[in-house]
Amino acid sequence: MSSHSPIKTDYNYKVVRQFTVMTVIWGIVGMSVGVLIAAQLIWPALNFDTPWLTYSRLRPLHTNAVIFAFGTSALMATSFYVVQRTCQARLFGGVLPAVVFWGWQLVILSAVISLPLGYNTTKEYAELEWPIDILITLVWVVYAVVFFGTIIKRQTSHIYVANWFFGAFILTVAVLHIVNSAAIPLNMMKSYSIYGGAIDAMVQWWYGHNAVGFLLTAGFLGMMYYFVPKQANRPVYSYRLSIVHFWALVSLYIWAGPHHLHYTALPDWTQSVGMVMSLILFAPSWGGMINGIMTLSGAWHKLRYDPILRFLIVSLSFYGMSTFEGPMMAIKSVNALSHYTDWTIGHVHSGALGWVAMVSIGAIYHLIPVLFNQGRMYSVKLINVHFWLATVGTVLYIVAMWISGVMQGLMWRAVNADGTLTYSFVESLQASYPFYFVRFIGGVFFLTGMLLMAYNVFKTISAEDHSIKADAEVA
Amino acid sequence: MSTFWSIWITVITLGTIFACLGLLWVCNKNDTGVKEGESMGHSFDGIEELNNPLPTWWKYLFIFTCIGGFIYFALYPGLGSYKGLLGWTSTNEYEREIESADAKYAAVFNKLVKTESSDFAEYREIADIAKDPEAVKVGQRLFLQNCSQCHGSDARGAKGFPNLTDGDWLYGGNPADIKATIMHGRAGVMPGWLPVLGDEKVDQVTTYVVGLSGRKVNAREEAAGKEVFLQTCSACHGADAKGMTMLGAPNLTDKTWLYGGSRKAIEQTVKYGRNGVMPAWSHILGEDKVMLLSSYVYSLSVK
Repeated sequence: MSSHSPIKTDYNYKVVRQFTVMTVIWGIVGMSVGVLIAAQLIWPALNFDTPWLTYSRLRPLHTNAVIFAFGTSALMATSFYVVQRTCQARLFGGVLPAVVFWGWQLVILSAVISLPLGYNTTKEYAELEWPIDILITLVWVVYAVVFFGTIIKRQTSHIYVANWFFGAFILTVAVLHIVNSAAIPLNMMKSYSIYGGAIDAMVQWWYGHNAVGFLLTAGFLGMMYYFVPKQANRPVYSYRLSIVHFWALVSLYIWAGPHHLHYTALPDWTQSVGMVMSLILFAPSWGGMINGIMTLSGAWHKLRYDPILRFLIVSLSFYGMSTFEGPMMAIKSVNALSHYTDWTIGHVHSGALGWVAMVSIGAIYHLIPVLFNQGRMYSVKLINVHFWLATVGTVLYIVAMWISGVMQGLMWRAVNADGTLTYSFVESLQASYPFYFVRFIGGVFFLTGMLLMAYNVFKTISAEDHSIKADAEVA
Repeated sequence: MSTFWSIWITVITLGTIFACLGLLWVCNKNDTGVKEGESMGHSFDGIEELNNPLPTWWKYLFIFTCIGGFIYFALYPGLGSYKGLLGWTSTNEYEREIESADAKYAAVFNKLVKTESSDFAEYREIADIAKDPEAVKVGQRLFLQNCSQCHGSDARGAKGFPNLTDGDWLYGGNPADIKATIMHGRAGVMPGWLPVLGDEKVDQVTTYVVGLSGRKVNAREEAAGKEVFLQTCSACHGADAKGMTMLGAPNLTDKTWLYGGSRKAIEQTVKYGRNGVMPAWSHILGEDKVMLLSSYVYSLSVK
């Protein structure tokens, strides 16, 4: 199979290079904040009595930085790369890709400034205030124009499956963002949601869960569908499986939001619908994992020496694990135990570290040499070290949170013979400390891996063109 | 819910699941014109796609979850205003649980707070209950669960939340007062006096109040402050500034300060007032548990 395209197209790699490098930088920023707030949960004095260093302000900064700065930059980099390569067409719109890059960096910068200052709409993962929301909308529309414009001018007869997922992610995130952020401004930095009460909560979690579903799942599946077959140099396992799981995934995910609001003021019927749809979502979610992992059939031996492929395949394993865990946690009786505990945090990070970050890291290690005219990364050994740091870090993190989460759930529901609660809240918090420490260590592992990556990327980029030669193909 | 919305929800919910099953059925057959296991024939940047069949176990997993969904929707509310065969609602589940808890624990509480001789029809004296270590232990658990959020796990309070162990009471510390406070709550209102008194008089009366607890202050200002106090503050705090439990007006001559005793804190209180709210617990906990709580709180200050 030839890996070079038959038609030589003048691709726009500049914007891809910019987004790729910023992905690494924002990853380090977002994860450093994460490690800091993990440490604050053990040593509260680490907020130094400074308002903008408190957990309450840094936590949204952490989530926004990793989802919208690190994750979304990775998606923008890879979608711009993949759409060009698989459509054999230069990015549409002339200056527009540059508008997307600089516009998105401006959004991130506004978040980095406004969140520590305490400006916060209080909607989770949608904390940014209305002027920034408008900027996001504008940049996102330009992003969609560039992406779909490129699809329209493609030189191929079909649209490759990776682009279905990228397309679904771009369209749906636009709708989610606009609907959930609708607010009445009070002044430049304060607004009130136009929804009230249970409706506000439902709209928020319809948004919140589909930020997970379309940004962190569909978008990264798009990434997976290009970089796994490319890195393994194998055809995609099943075309028909990709059709079923794509359409089932996008049509079911949109229903799953109510499982964030079990046992609340949300009407019973809404909770039931959210739970059932979350359970049916299980098989379509696994469709992507099967297609990715089975793509490796006939090439399993490559895992022995290719740490990039290892990143990609382990990311799919974490994806499979968290998309099994998610539907289970959506079952009301399981949710009654897991909700509001660290189990949720563990679940999120098995997706965020194990899936989203690992698949992005794998993709970036694949991309950097291509984008900067090298045969391979500066040090394959460092990629391998990064792989183990990331894997061990993720496992430490999620296992610690599983144990502390289940423990909290059990402590909160334990009752004495007289019907009173056995433990006060503070006691469950005290019991969680050792696990907070393990989580912190896991985070440090993961962040250390990112720092190695930054060094490796820097050495690769700064080397003279074509000076790093690819190892002879072992297969 | 109107009929329209009920039908709408039912149709799109079931429609989505049936559409998934339909899709599965269509893609399960090989209508591609390509033999199974072979390449679909298109290549994207060198990536080809094979026409492998859907994994069987995966297909059945998908169908199984869909059938499970239909069964759930038959049994439970979900499809619009359809109630489900089991008649379950979150409200009746809650009521059932409370009912069974009440049935299970009523005997335990009866034994702790009521007199056996009256066939558990009458409450024992709170002071008596406070001597029963078992009852006090249960009271403490209830306290940790319901009261510690404001008053602290050790009941020593925090700024704005009274210390319950020091024998100093805003609304009285005898058993009946404590029980009334927990049952019906309290609302302590200190008005803000800045608009009425102006800065100068606020300064003076602050000086006077600071002096009340034995601190050295400017004598001339203190005298002027006393005038202001007698005219404005004595109505609630009393001419001797020893407070009035009926209103929950604190004694200003001791060293207990609910909102802080520094000059700055006192000035803040005089200028802008304070609002202390103790919620009513009778409808949340019921009288039995309030009796136990009262006994526990009473036991804290009576050694």
